[in-house]
Amino acid sequence: MTQAPHYPQPRTCPYEPPAGYRELGEQGPLLKVTLFDGREAWLVTGYQESREILTHPNLSSQRTHPDFPIVAPRFRSQIARSLAMIAMDPPEHDIYRRFLNPHFSLKQVRRMQPEIERIVSGHVDRIIEHGPPADLVPLLAVPLPSLVICRHLGVPYEDHDFFQDASGKVMLGTEEESGGAAQDLVDYIDRLVTEQIKEPTDGLLGQLVRERVLTGDIGHAELVSIALVLLIAAHETTSSTLALGVITLLEHPEQLALLHEDPERVGTAVEELLRYIATTDLVATRIAKGDIELAGQTIRAGEGVLVSGTLANRDPRTHQRPDELDLLRSDSHHLTFGFGIHQCLGQNLARLELEIAFRELLTRLPGLRLDAPVSELPILGAGTVQRVLSLPVAW
Amino acid sequence: MVSAARVTADRERCISGGRCMATAGEVFDQDEEGIVVVLTPEPPADLHEAVREAAYLCPARAIRFTESTTAVPRP
Repeated sequence: MTQAPHYPQPRTCPYEPPAGYRELGEQGPLLKVTLFDGREAWLVTGYQESREILTHPNLSSQRTHPDFPIVAPRFRSQIARSLAMIAMDPPEHDIYRRFLNPHFSLKQVRRMQPEIERIVSGHVDRIIEHGPPADLVPLLAVPLPSLVICRHLGVPYEDHDFFQDASGKVMLGTEEESGGAAQDLVDYIDRLVTEQIKEPTDGLLGQLVRERVLTGDIGHAELVSIALVLLIAAHETTSSTLALGVITLLEHPEQLALLHEDPERVGTAVEELLRYIATTDLVATRIAKGDIELAGQTIRAGEGVLVSGTLANRDPRTHQRPDELDLLRSDSHHLTFGFGIHQCLGQNLARLELEIAFRELLTRLPGLRLDAPVSELPILGAGTVQRVLSLPVAW
Repeated sequence: MVSAARVTADRERCISGGRCMATAGEVFDQDEEGIVVVLTPEPPADLHEAVREAAYLCPARAIRFTESTTAVPRP
């Protein structure tokens, strides 16, 4: 008997799936894969099967379970196993989520539009002042989501170098770096929460202190865990999708022309880029807490389950010409933000930041082009958040 | 024959994803808690496709859209 194929695998192109995923997709929609530690887990690669399992009552996010599948050494740490919401099941998950939903609803996010537009416009001013060649990673992709989430939470942006660095290490560092960076972030946020409890300010952390901590709904440690998740989640994903989105558009000039022709297409373009790039390759890591029947097989209680956004988003049974970037397609629905009760809390904020950033960049720098071959751009990440470390452009 | 289409949303299941409001803003809204509100329980035919899409995209499967054709007795 041959060993199940390895998962995750690194990409060679920043926006295309790893070459070995084609075979995983062909063996799908549900197959066994081998993780880095030699253990096996189920991998769901079909779009419909992913929707089905992510809303199945027997799927659990309890990362403290000894058989919970771990996809990289950095996710073995205690902090990674006890994240607010992400590592929780109902009813606890739902209680936390209800506390946060009003602050990330589409309605609330739309109120943030003028401020995000000002932030983006200021950064594009600085890119123009800098002149070509300019690196869009430090000049836009990293600071934009950082500034937006800092303002929203009421966290001092002066400390951004620290969180950007620490969030990056948590998501992509070695086991030791990731654990150390997570602890540094927890210590830092713990001090912020202490200050907020003494004197709550206007941001989300201050509001949660007033609405939830002072009323006894959650404690100090729970607020620290919530803030940690919000900071890390907001930093890596949007930043990476913005940079990879620019590269993808610049590498598909006929598609980019559609956006130049009508900038109002940016909303649907963002959906298609989210589908195509699948920055969050792995949209779910779970464990079955009871048997689950899926695609003619039985996932037994105690077995690990992974859902591949990269493959689900390119399922030929759901998406026509799945490997083609088509900004006008009507079947661009994707699982990049997940599905089910854990679907990304910040999805509407991410979409709005991406729409504003692409629109502003393309309008103000219509001649934007890559200043290095895409094959030479340094990339990092496998199975979680795909990242590009520098993005030199000219115009 | 009369076609009736009815939208309901389960506010207990809602996770405030906002896909419904983004897809069919004439039919769905969110209250200040971020929870779905159905504005138009019997939407006109030109909105049916958007409502079907909204129901499909709802991550919490909280939206139900029933389309039925009933015979109306002649007077």
